[in-house]
Amino acid sequence: MRLKALWALIAFLCVLLLIRLLWLQVISHGYYHTLAEANRISIVPIVPNRGLILDRKATVLAENNYSYDLEINPARNRSLDQTISQLSELVTITSSDRKLFRKALDETHGLVPVPIRNRLSESEIARFAVNRYRFPGVDIQAHLIRNYPLGTSASHLIGYIGRINETDQEHLDEAGLADEYRGTNYIGKLGIEGHYEQELHGITGSEQVETDASGRGVRSLSRIAPTAGNDLFLTIDAGLQQAAEKAFGDHRGALVALDPATGDVLALVSEPGFDPNLFVEGIDQDTWGALNNSPDKPLNNRALRGLYPPGSTVKPFMALAALTLGVRSPTYKISDPGYFSFPGSSHRYRDWKAGGHGMVDMHLSIVQSCDTYYYGLANDLGIDAMHDFFSGFGFGQKTGIDIDGEMAGLYPSTEWKQKRYKQDWYGGETVISGIGQGYILATPLQLAQAVATLANNGVMMKPHLIHAIRDRATGTLREIPNEVERTLALKQSDIDFVREAMEDVMKPGGTAAQAGAGAPYLIAGKTGTAQVVGVRQGEKYSESRTAERNRDHALFIAFAPADKPRIAVAVLVENGGHGGSIAAPIARQVFDYFLLGQRAKPVPDNSDPGGESAHD
Amino acid sequence: MPTIKELRYRFLTPLDPTLFNTCLILAALGLIVLYSASGSDLAKVLSQVRNLGLAFGAMWLMAVTPPDKIERVVFPVYGVALAALIAVALFGEVSHGARRWLHLGPMRLQPSELMKIALPLALAGYFEWRGKSISWRDFVVASVLLAVPVGLVIRQPDLGTALLIASSGFYVLYFAGLSWKIMGGLLVSGIAAMPLVWHMLHDYQRKRILTLLDPTQDPLGAGYHTLQSMIALGSGGLFGKGWLQGTQSHLDFLPEHTTDFVFAVFGEEFGLLGELVFLVAMLVIITRGFFIANEGSTPFARLVAGSLSMTLFTYTFVNMGMVSGILPVVGVPLPFLSYGGTSLVTLFISIGILMSVHHHRKLVKQ
Repeated sequence: MRLKALWALIAFLCVLLLIRLLWLQVISHGYYHTLAEANRISIVPIVPNRGLILDRKATVLAENNYSYDLEINPARNRSLDQTISQLSELVTITSSDRKLFRKALDETHGLVPVPIRNRLSESEIARFAVNRYRFPGVDIQAHLIRNYPLGTSASHLIGYIGRINETDQEHLDEAGLADEYRGTNYIGKLGIEGHYEQELHGITGSEQVETDASGRGVRSLSRIAPTAGNDLFLTIDAGLQQAAEKAFGDHRGALVALDPATGDVLALVSEPGFDPNLFVEGIDQDTWGALNNSPDKPLNNRALRGLYPPGSTVKPFMALAALTLGVRSPTYKISDPGYFSFPGSSHRYRDWKAGGHGMVDMHLSIVQSCDTYYYGLANDLGIDAMHDFFSGFGFGQKTGIDIDGEMAGLYPSTEWKQKRYKQDWYGGETVISGIGQGYILATPLQLAQAVATLANNGVMMKPHLIHAIRDRATGTLREIPNEVERTLALKQSDIDFVREAMEDVMKPGGTAAQAGAGAPYLIAGKTGTAQVVGVRQGEKYSESRTAERNRDHALFIAFAPADKPRIAVAVLVENGGHGGSIAAPIARQVFDYFLLGQRAKPVPDNSDPGGESAHD
Repeated sequence: MPTIKELRYRFLTPLDPTLFNTCLILAALGLIVLYSASGSDLAKVLSQVRNLGLAFGAMWLMAVTPPDKIERVVFPVYGVALAALIAVALFGEVSHGARRWLHLGPMRLQPSELMKIALPLALAGYFEWRGKSISWRDFVVASVLLAVPVGLVIRQPDLGTALLIASSGFYVLYFAGLSWKIMGGLLVSGIAAMPLVWHMLHDYQRKRILTLLDPTQDPLGAGYHTLQSMIALGSGGLFGKGWLQGTQSHLDFLPEHTTDFVFAVFGEEFGLLGELVFLVAMLVIITRGFFIANEGSTPFARLVAGSLSMTLFTYTFVNMGMVSGILPVVGVPLPFLSYGGTSLVTLFISIGILMSVHHHRKLVKQ
């Protein structure tokens, strides 16, 4: 009886157990199968190699190098301070390395290995390898790291990559690229690296990995190979770029060199530069602060973002406007007393040359940069006609170059002033606009585009930095077609007239005669000087009495060879003084390098020009 | 000189073919599963083969020993086991937060395992000694004999083993004729005492019980083991993933996969059908045990056989219930499949005693 009762109990419990097992293994089998697979398989992204950035001659500007980093796994090393001080006896560990280590340690909560030193040297690797047994949880890891072999050269246009931050992640999420960037730690932040991020990044691959309970990969189940990012061939000539940077010496400023016929950017200089390699692994606060707060503003890309009054470099365009609109004939002459004033007004708009240039026609007004001629011309043209004409040459508009952050500049009009200041336009404002002062602001890139358009007989090309893209998936080279921005309605004879005057600027008697001396090719150029601080009525500007950072900016625009232009440049030297003596020689060195394939003989830097010809 | 026939009768016939063959099959199955569960660790399998040799030896020894001889030593054995438990409480080795082990020279002994056998034997011996004049006082005495070792094991703390020891003792009381009323009363007071017991439980034990109600609540903490073993069984399905193909065990998601959770490995690789084969084999042994208990010639033989068979089922059910997630996680090995020498030897001693009871039934009758 008692046995039978137990038999019943056993039968009942067995049925209970069977129901449970049936439910687990038959009814919910699919569910648990999925859970087991999810346990077992993790999909690991394989980050593609980032595309290279090369110049037009395939010189490497940005590459991926192996970096051997020393990493500490906090989970396997409890005495971090002691370990770091012992490690510092073997490899150099700076205080900034320590700071970055602490920061990364905080961010990762000690869950993953954190680097204490990046880019170990070979001897450091060897020293550590011998002593490795002393350091539990410390290991050398090889990573692919972005390297910019030219350092500070072309830093603004190449840009840099950095760790993906929250803002970047938000952008990626919005663009629906979050999956594509799984596993990617870096993203292009600036310049080409930023603008062409999607070309450079490549397509992330994936690997199905069987993992054990601790997350270690046991074996690979399947693999989709990543596609490396595309290589970018820039229009830049790295040699030219470096020659231009060197020509600046210690001066601050910018230079843009364009191929007038194609819009290719041959060089894009902003001095001083910075070392983009500093940003790749995260920059420490002190270095960042030093760069960001420097009065030289090395992080600012002056070529695209620097806004300067164009000064006398507007004169060739003013002359062209006068001819095109029929306001002046080439032979029309004025008598220059050294100033311009409105009838019945005592206010004098002074020429740079006290006493004036005498009898001045249009040709001479360009060659000698006669201010009085353009004061009168501007008054006759009127600001709105000037605005419309200069807008044709791209003033006040972004050029649409293929890197981000470009400034639009400004060319004023009566309408603009009414909108901006709710005020009427004054005649005096027109007069000073005639010599590129007043409200007018332009970037060096805009000036380069304007002069290139002149060199290209009125056909404006869109400036661009990419010459070709090598598709890593197919291996094919895709050339980027040139884009005509617009064709200006100009008479060829008018263009020729202005060009001939600009050629004479470079010849004895012209304002850039020194820079033009001895060139085996024809140069057409125009100097400019932009006031940084106003000079009061009756006072005279004196370079020696003005603080260095308040001195005038020196400008120069030119193209060469003048008869068959291959290169057009705009040069700006901040606080450089006269365009003819400081900016023009830089352009000459660039021309020599580009057209002659050699360095020009150094042009004497004549900071105290004696003759008139060296003046603006 | 005894004849060959006599020797054969004395030393081979006691090995009941039903029990012996089923044990052999289950032991072989255990080795096959262990090879997979240990990650093809041949050394571990060989060590279990050695344990099996020892266990079969012990079984044979028990089988050829008549029950009356066993009966004579039950009190000394109980005394030794109790002394060992006290020794553990005083100077046992602490491992995993519990004081369970006793070092005797090179041997490491778990006296609570010994008590699993010693207690039902002692209780059965006590009722045999009292003969036909069993009164309620005897049940009180038996309860004390039961409560002392159980209390010691609870204090180790090892609630799972304590409950198993208690149940093995309780089965003797049940078969000895404990009144249904008292059992009913125990059940009611047990339920009534639940809040008190809950209060006395260790934190980890409470957590295990809470986890059982909803293992998904704390999937990485207390619920991890149950959840992973449920995934192992569930993903095994009807036919299993095949020998050596279980991912849950081979990738270390399963805890204790050679010992307490070996059934999950088995279920993952051999499926529901494999589990049924195992369960049927266990039921064969248990049924045979009940049959033996039924035909036992003395109260001692009947009580021992009934209690040991029932204990065997208890182990099987509690372990499978734990692995499949209907019982809380308690450290109970699965007979034949779990790795470990002590539990294997204890198991085979029980089987050996069943054989002895069966073989010697006629001798006693004569």
